[in-house]
Amino acid sequence: MKGALIPVLLLVAWEAGSRAGVLPMDSFSRPSDIAVAFARGIGDGTILLATWQTFEAALSGFACAAIAGILCGAILGLSPRIERVVGPSIDALRPIPSVALIPLALLLFGFGLTMEASVVAFACFWPIVLMTTAAVRGIEPRLPDVARSLELSFISQMKKIILPAALGRITVGLRLALAISLVVAVTVEIVLNPRGLGYSMIGAQQALRSDIMYAELLWLGVVGWLLNYVLRKIL
Amino acid sequence: MSRVGAALFALGLILLWQLAADSKIISPIFFPSPGRTLGELYAQVTSGRLWQPLGATTLRMLYGWVLASFLGIVLGAAIGSSRAARDYLEPTLEFLRPLPASAIIPVAILFLGLSNGMSTAVIAFGSLWPVLLGTVHGFKSVQPELIELSASLRLSRWEVLRKIALPTALPDILAGARISLAIALILAVVTEMQASLPGLGQNILLAQRSYRSPELYAGIVVLGLMGFAANQLLLLMETRMLRWRAAAV
Repeated sequence: MKGALIPVLLLVAWEAGSRAGVLPMDSFSRPSDIAVAFARGIGDGTILLATWQTFEAALSGFACAAIAGILCGAILGLSPRIERVVGPSIDALRPIPSVALIPLALLLFGFGLTMEASVVAFACFWPIVLMTTAAVRGIEPRLPDVARSLELSFISQMKKIILPAALGRITVGLRLALAISLVVAVTVEIVLNPRGLGYSMIGAQQALRSDIMYAELLWLGVVGWLLNYVLRKIL
Repeated sequence: MSRVGAALFALGLILLWQLAADSKIISPIFFPSPGRTLGELYAQVTSGRLWQPLGATTLRMLYGWVLASFLGIVLGAAIGSSRAARDYLEPTLEFLRPLPASAIIPVAILFLGLSNGMSTAVIAFGSLWPVLLGTVHGFKSVQPELIELSASLRLSRWEVLRKIALPTALPDILAGARISLAIALILAVVTEMQASLPGLGQNILLAQRSYRSPELYAGIVVLGLMGFAANQLLLLMETRMLRWRAAAV
């Protein structure tokens, strides 16, 4: 109850301020106009289409990163020797800010889904690798021995013993990466990729339609919050 | 032994890159060899062309980060040590936190234009959360016995804050500040690319537009080194500032 007080007060002050002419309309818009713009955007499908485009890129990048990351993480976690050899190279590549790859991805793939998803995949890969490595290393040390003495193949070792035992902490990494995927996708769209919610917001700003811009910003907040909420419930 | 292995593996990766570039499966316009990339980097260092954009991006990152750290620690201390502040503010912050920081770029441009102020505001907003959450968590985890002790010692509110709460919260604050700095670098690059502000971010985008790929790759290498150096510096700071803690345990 108390938590709702500040947002409600802000909204009322915002509406009153813009109606009284204290807040300039072209930059502040006003909550009632924003609600109308939001309803219109949902009604004609533009917001939903943009949301789908953003999620398409975020999820496809995330999926690639999840597959590659869990695989690499499992190998690194199982063999400390490989980890010692490969680890420093990973530590050298990991601090590269994912957004620095935007121009490179554009150079290689051109505008569109692929370049956006590839930047997302790069950003999501690291937390998944690190968490999977730690998770696999942390499982009961006798389990891999059991797997070996049962003479299971590498794949069935993975499927039957290693992954189920490490699943809890791997999902933590996946959840983290999924949150990152949405952020990076929107960022790529804001910087230059002409699709999705990020691009739509920049377009609205440049067209001086601040009502649409705020509507999409709030929508993005709701979507991000919902994503976090759902992830916390199911994972 | 493993060090040699690690160095060999890294060299092998670079060699693989060189071979892939030499084979010209991907056109050298898009995929320069490591030799050309490092040559470009060397030329930038010796001619001094590197320092200006490097300095601009570093300053941009630091301005936003310092502002975010200051706001995060003050706000976090208030929220972490007061039940009432938590009740009123936490839900709003919970809503704002998952919002992609880059999503407020359009809003910031609307109010501040394509300016350095816009960039600082976006960086500060985006890198606020790790420090803020770390501080809140740190202040919440002060042992109740210490609070009781300070009451019986009749310490003032300020003394409690400075002598008990802040040292307890320091590890969490510093861990948050380290994540914040990484985010600040990312947002510095993003705002430079979006708003054409001088710095490494703008440079690599311009290099891409004119197909100067060695320059683009060199820029990415420099940004990676910056991220690495920033993280190491703060780790060093952490171990120095928390030395008393290791001694106590």
